[in-house]
Amino acid sequence: MGDLSKGRIIAINGPLATCEVGQGREVLQNEVAYVTCQGASLKAEVIRVRGRQIDMQVFESTTGMIVGNEVTFSGELLSATLGPGILGMIYDGLQNPLTHLENEQSFFLKRGQYLNSLNEERQWNFTPSVAAGAVVKAGHYLGSVPEGLFKHHTVVPFSLRGTWEIVQIMPEGPYRVSETIAVLKSTEDGRETPVTLKQEWPVKMPVRAYQERLLPNRQLLTQCRLIDIFFPLAEGGTACVPGPFGAGKTVLQQIISRYAEADIVIIVACGERAGEVVETIREFPELEDPKTGGSLMNRTIIICNTSSMPVAAREASIYTGITIGEYYRSLGLKVLLLADSTSRWAQALRESSARLEEIPGEEAFPAYLESRIAAVYERAGLVQLSDGSTGSLTVIGNVSPAGGNFEEPVTQNTLKVVGAFYGLSRSRSDQRRYPAIDPLISWSLYLRQMKESLAERCDGWVKLVEEVHRLLYAGSEVHQMMLVVGEEGIGLDDLITYLKSEIVDAVCLQQDSFDVVDRATSLERQVADFLLLMDMVHHPFTFENKERARLDMTALHNRFFQMKYCPFKGESYLKYRGEIESIIAGQGVSSPC
Amino acid sequence: MLTEHSHIIRIQGDIITVPARDIGYGELAQVKSRHGTSLAQVIRLKGHDVFLQVFAGSRGVSTGDQVRFLGRPMRVAFGDALLGRIFNGSGEPIDNGPDLMALPKIEIGGPSVNPVRRVIPRGFIETRVPMVDVFNPLVESQKLPIFAAAGEPYNDLLARIGMRADADVVILGGIGLKYDEYLKFRHAFEEAGVISRSIMFVHTASDPVVERLLVPDMALAVAEQFGVRGKRVLVLLTDMTAFADALKEIAISMDQVPSNLGYPGSLYSDLAARYEKAVDFEGAGSITILAVTSMPGDDVTHPVPDNTGYITEGQFYLRKGVIEPFGSLSRLKQLVIGKVTRADHGVIMNSMIRLFAKSREVEQKLAMGFDKTEDDERYLRYGKLFYERFMDLNVDIGLNDALDLGWKTLSECFRPDEVGIKQEFIDQHWAKDKLCEI
Repeated sequence: MGDLSKGRIIAINGPLATCEVGQGREVLQNEVAYVTCQGASLKAEVIRVRGRQIDMQVFESTTGMIVGNEVTFSGELLSATLGPGILGMIYDGLQNPLTHLENEQSFFLKRGQYLNSLNEERQWNFTPSVAAGAVVKAGHYLGSVPEGLFKHHTVVPFSLRGTWEIVQIMPEGPYRVSETIAVLKSTEDGRETPVTLKQEWPVKMPVRAYQERLLPNRQLLTQCRLIDIFFPLAEGGTACVPGPFGAGKTVLQQIISRYAEADIVIIVACGERAGEVVETIREFPELEDPKTGGSLMNRTIIICNTSSMPVAAREASIYTGITIGEYYRSLGLKVLLLADSTSRWAQALRESSARLEEIPGEEAFPAYLESRIAAVYERAGLVQLSDGSTGSLTVIGNVSPAGGNFEEPVTQNTLKVVGAFYGLSRSRSDQRRYPAIDPLISWSLYLRQMKESLAERCDGWVKLVEEVHRLLYAGSEVHQMMLVVGEEGIGLDDLITYLKSEIVDAVCLQQDSFDVVDRATSLERQVADFLLLMDMVHHPFTFENKERARLDMTALHNRFFQMKYCPFKGESYLKYRGEIESIIAGQGVSSPC
Repeated sequence: MLTEHSHIIRIQGDIITVPARDIGYGELAQVKSRHGTSLAQVIRLKGHDVFLQVFAGSRGVSTGDQVRFLGRPMRVAFGDALLGRIFNGSGEPIDNGPDLMALPKIEIGGPSVNPVRRVIPRGFIETRVPMVDVFNPLVESQKLPIFAAAGEPYNDLLARIGMRADADVVILGGIGLKYDEYLKFRHAFEEAGVISRSIMFVHTASDPVVERLLVPDMALAVAEQFGVRGKRVLVLLTDMTAFADALKEIAISMDQVPSNLGYPGSLYSDLAARYEKAVDFEGAGSITILAVTSMPGDDVTHPVPDNTGYITEGQFYLRKGVIEPFGSLSRLKQLVIGKVTRADHGVIMNSMIRLFAKSREVEQKLAMGFDKTEDDERYLRYGKLFYERFMDLNVDIGLNDALDLGWKTLSECFRPDEVGIKQEFIDQHWAKDKLCEI
């Protein structure tokens, strides 16, 4: 073994390959290595070092690999390439652009093909914003290029420690991503380093190049009423969506990815069906971004490692996505990352742990499952940047618990670290009450955390929401009772409570994702409709008997129901609203149907 | 340069270990024992120890037996000549037909399709089973399992769909199939005259367990080649639970830590790697997979149906000999209903199911001893007709006839204002001469 930088394969077990390196060779944990195999060079990552034996997970199929194959170490950690041109891209878990692989290959993904993540030829119009002589730190802005509608700041690479003086900065003009746009000199040791429009960052390390992390206290609107009103999500917050198969996780995610009021949406399709990603890939370019009028794809990044793609790359895909998210956050943007599904990612961890013959924890997941999950969600956050502006990275992770049972380790460990829990239930989806988020088990810590900013809508907003929560609980209890003793066995007051809670459920919680009007509700409409609903909830209805109660409440129910399908402030909307108002105001007098 | 080794140092389960050099991971070998020759595949390399899973099982393998490495992974012959042929679990013809040595060979278990090269499926596959066509239509490139407990006629259903479905090529992958069932499939296909467009890979229950692992891969590799060449291929797999059980056996023999009921942690990925072969190629053919997943103990939370449910695009429940209308789901149906199929498909689907649910409620009500009303009579009549005309698996009608029959059934039992259908459809389709007499 003459060449110290090389190793030789000594064992192969599925995607796990072990190699031996020469005495004294330095190996980094999570370093990238390439294994020569049948003429191709396969990317791998170091995951364990034991003396001279190095265990690596190979990101491709290891078929045909033999003992003795050569391993080359790159000296670099597994990294993402960050710079202008990521928006609108469709990457695999290792940030290979799939659309470009398409041009080069057939229908199938060939192994050992690695392409530049960014277009190296494209020129970007750079405008400097600082002058030579200025002193900067990692994450500070040097200038910007326009990327779509955004001002894409060029930042001092996150990897530079300490303070640096700008020796040279290029004038305004077109530059390729690899061309030097500035030269920096360390104020400590005088080292000089060139800066380009792009930079590399190891995906498993959180980016910390910001001033400080702030408490998430502003809402990120998803336009899904159940979330926005009852279990709001904060900018820079985290949420998880566990649910059994067929409960509508994917539809919910697609709706959020379309209508959420974020600047940038990153979709990480991690070990899920290819068919679902295809819908996004094919439909997003056709859809209009409601905010900008451009194509929805212009604000979207897709990281796609579907269930049949190599397992090791599945593990990397979430980190790749989150690193890109942190990068755009550092440019002062509102980023939303949707990961579907983190259970598949955890299973990838479990597979490699089993091959490493580690002592398993619960359900054979590795003992470090909890800390890995926590580390991923902790990378979300609201941060203050060097120029005083803020950026945020919000993470929503789907969880696919085995058998739909939330007691399993991935769900439980996720619940410990997220700020909101949207639990989908089989019973709600069986009743076609979509989105099937169960209001009785879900929660959001942000409701109270954002109390002040939410109060801008109306005084005591949070109180009102909590009141409706209690109504839903009470309604559900009455319903349980009715199942046992029938409608005859309950009192009139209980029936009214139940009917009220059904109205809230039908017109506020349930949202028809296939209806043009109902699928997304603006903040203004949410507030207006919710306050009207509260008038109904607060109203002390009096009825002669249960029949009358049912009849009149059904009439009210139907008007609320029709109203939610009418365009906001349109003629028919106002008509129904007027009717509802007069029914509530004139109640006592029986209302005609 | 095929090398022979004759020093088996370890036999555990169906896995043998031989010291050898320069052997590729996944490579194939032949193990010659006094009981015959079997193929084996490299599943682990450790130093110069090579771990092989022996497809015919390790029973009767001796430490002195010959192991010959073939220098290539598992392959299967491919060509139009495959049509009408029957193969066993290791890919050898078992129908006494002509030799296929001259055909080119393709590797099995190939790489996955670039998601960017997939298209949103839009093709409807007519199966002439009304519970499928009308209520949960099969869409080209869909992967759908049939969840059924032991004893349900799932293979009959699969055979029927295989015979009637309008696909260019039908490939059957039998995994742990009872010999009788295999004969039934064969006779059914021969009788229906569809054998010339079908290919069978049959592993029967008496064949070695490890061979099960090859069947889906061979069937899907062949399907893929036909698909790339523009054919619409339907792959029928039965039973995927037997496949998962073979995975379990191998994993346990390899001392892998099991995750759930003894199944390996990679069960999801292993199943997904097969099911994800279902695809609609941009500008070429498609692969649709219909697979049986038997549910041990009729329990849908068992790891195999549970993992399958997360992978596939819906599921059919076969219970008491019929496809259960509630619970069964085709996730892709929205892509074809009323778009590729007739405009009234959607309303018929929804109304008929809603009314059938009502008729079940009436049945339950009566079972509890309540009085029967006139309305109840009509719902019961409807329920009975629905069962006879739609649910019975022997019914064999095309989609459009089934939709017409749906309108007929509705008008025989109900008034137009009872069925909750938009007036324009009522005007168009309601059978006026058969108005409800009540």
